[in-house]
Amino acid sequence: MTSTVENDRQAASEVRAAGINEALTVMPDEKGHFGPYGGQFVSEILMTALAELDQAYRHLKNDKNFLAEFHHDLEHYVGRPSPLYFAERLTKQMGGARIMLKREDLNHTGAHKINNCIGQALLAKYMGKPRVIAETGAGQHGVASATVAARFGLKCRVYMGSDDIARQSPNVYRMKLLGAEVVPVTSGSRTLKDALSEAMRDWVTNVDDTYYIIGTVAGPHPYPMLVRDFQSVIGIEARAQCLKQFGTMPDAVVACVGGGSNAMGIFYPFLEDRDVRLIGVEPAGHGLETGQHAAPLSKGKIGILQGNRTYLMQDSDGQVLDTYSISAGLDYPGVGPEHAWLKDIKRAEYVAVDDKQALHAFRQLNRLEGILPALESAHGLAYAMDLAATMSKDEIIIVNLSGRGDKDIPTMAKLDGISLD
Amino acid sequence: MSRIADCFQRLADNHQKALVVYVVAGDPTPAVTVPLMHDMVASGASIIELGVPFTDPEAEGPVIQLAHERAMRHRVSLRDTIAMVASFREQDTVTPVVLMGYINPIEAMGYEAFAALAASAGVDGTILVNVPPEEGQVLDQAMLSEGLDPVYLLAPTTPEARARMIFERTRGFIYYVSVKGITGAGNLDIDEVTRRVAAFKAYATTPIVVGFGIKDGESAAQVARVSDGAVVGTALVSLMAANEQEPVRLREAVSELVANMRAAMDAVS
Repeated sequence: MTSTVENDRQAASEVRAAGINEALTVMPDEKGHFGPYGGQFVSEILMTALAELDQAYRHLKNDKNFLAEFHHDLEHYVGRPSPLYFAERLTKQMGGARIMLKREDLNHTGAHKINNCIGQALLAKYMGKPRVIAETGAGQHGVASATVAARFGLKCRVYMGSDDIARQSPNVYRMKLLGAEVVPVTSGSRTLKDALSEAMRDWVTNVDDTYYIIGTVAGPHPYPMLVRDFQSVIGIEARAQCLKQFGTMPDAVVACVGGGSNAMGIFYPFLEDRDVRLIGVEPAGHGLETGQHAAPLSKGKIGILQGNRTYLMQDSDGQVLDTYSISAGLDYPGVGPEHAWLKDIKRAEYVAVDDKQALHAFRQLNRLEGILPALESAHGLAYAMDLAATMSKDEIIIVNLSGRGDKDIPTMAKLDGISLD
Repeated sequence: MSRIADCFQRLADNHQKALVVYVVAGDPTPAVTVPLMHDMVASGASIIELGVPFTDPEAEGPVIQLAHERAMRHRVSLRDTIAMVASFREQDTVTPVVLMGYINPIEAMGYEAFAALAASAGVDGTILVNVPPEEGQVLDQAMLSEGLDPVYLLAPTTPEARARMIFERTRGFIYYVSVKGITGAGNLDIDEVTRRVAAFKAYATTPIVVGFGIKDGESAAQVARVSDGAVVGTALVSLMAANEQEPVRLREAVSELVANMRAAMDAVS
């Protein structure tokens, strides 16, 4: 384990002792800052578009029709609420706390990404934008964007790093089936970060008719705020489901963190439940000590990239470092600014899990529960399994099982030396 | 007076407009940059925008992205870029040099350390593509206290109230990005540029230079006629790619393009 669960428990009790008195759910400020993080570090061309989006969102988030449409689609199109499922055999195997899985993998399109895409596609519709663009890493957000574009009759273009296209081929074909144009990005490290830059370039060129659906809680304000809000349906449901099933709050909530949208979505409704530990799990890749990872909260320094100030994987000259994770969806050098803030104020804890641990959890969940998790989600699961073993049987851990792993079958088969052709 | 203010005064006295040239430090090799800067001045460039190489040049088109990649191959850092300016200043104490790029290398160095180092090397200001005035306040203070000019940008999408605010914040000059898009994209719409610049002039507090879509003498002259100067970037940078292996030919080609633009601009001023 890269960070031992015992050390983390110690840190968590220090957090509770320190106590944070101000309300935590009021962030960001008017200009999109979470303490020193976030903001709008973009070219002047986009400032007016971001102001329009901010204004439209602040109005629509209290608009009855908008909310009714959003919740209607979450129920009837996405299939919400997603279950909070007791992983009984996995719990027995670990011999400690109850492991509860928030089943975002059961959503339409197979991941939590669709929640945000429904919300943003509705924003595009209300703002009168006929064209949407998106970036994608693992392809889950790209698929979700292409899906809502089909559902709402919008033109859609998805930018995807050429390296990611190679390792996530089923999702690429799926986006094309949905009528989206998938554009390979060959600049830089040819992964999620570069896809995001390319989408920004498209947006500055086509800002009049185009809505940019950012897939995570990063980018310039208001994206970190609105993506969090759309995703917080996960935490709202999980909290209510836990109360209903157990009559009590969970002891810990665990989620993987790349950009951090599934984690922010499940954490946010628990922020004021100060006794609930919130644990974000970053990808340690080949190991934090190797430098080959994508864990800016664990090992990065404060910097500015793609619209916001946050923790960033960078060298001493401020150049952004190449990242590595077996999971394309977590392979990103930055992280949402609200996570950076929650780390600094110690309301959430951030740990890292390497490829091997994630792969082990991936296999265990298949064998013990008959559930195929996404490699991204397997990172959160891996940490939760070790944590559960150190906790008592009457304690409860909720893991955000943010997506399903069908897309990872080619990667896993290759690791196992099996040809699927 | 700052070097930039001096420069615009001198141009006005000579009835000339500013020719602002952009190259990326270290493109295609670190050795060529300082000689190239002198060449461009000798050919008629008024102000040099020296691009600071960055791994993620978000607002650039493919031509300038590749320039950043070429410079990054030589690991040219912000510190190296500032050292090039110091070297340039050994022979040229007059031509303004403005660092252009992205905020993160400056953030990593620290604002005060950056401002002190840049000022002592003879840098005159910055144009930071991903720092709107709202996010630049702390850095501006560090720069102003060292006598450096923070230059801000205007875009076709900037409404009047916002443009007025940006004029209050910019120093030295203001850079009007004339095209919605990335560097190297689109064609110059000279009627639109004329209309917008005339509107800005009603409340402008600094000279206005216009960039994007300027690739030859003709487009430079069109812009010079209606503004205080023209910026050329992608057209110069594409010469770096074309002559990457031939430094002598490269310097000739760059000098020729700059001289052509200067002549065309002078013919209409």
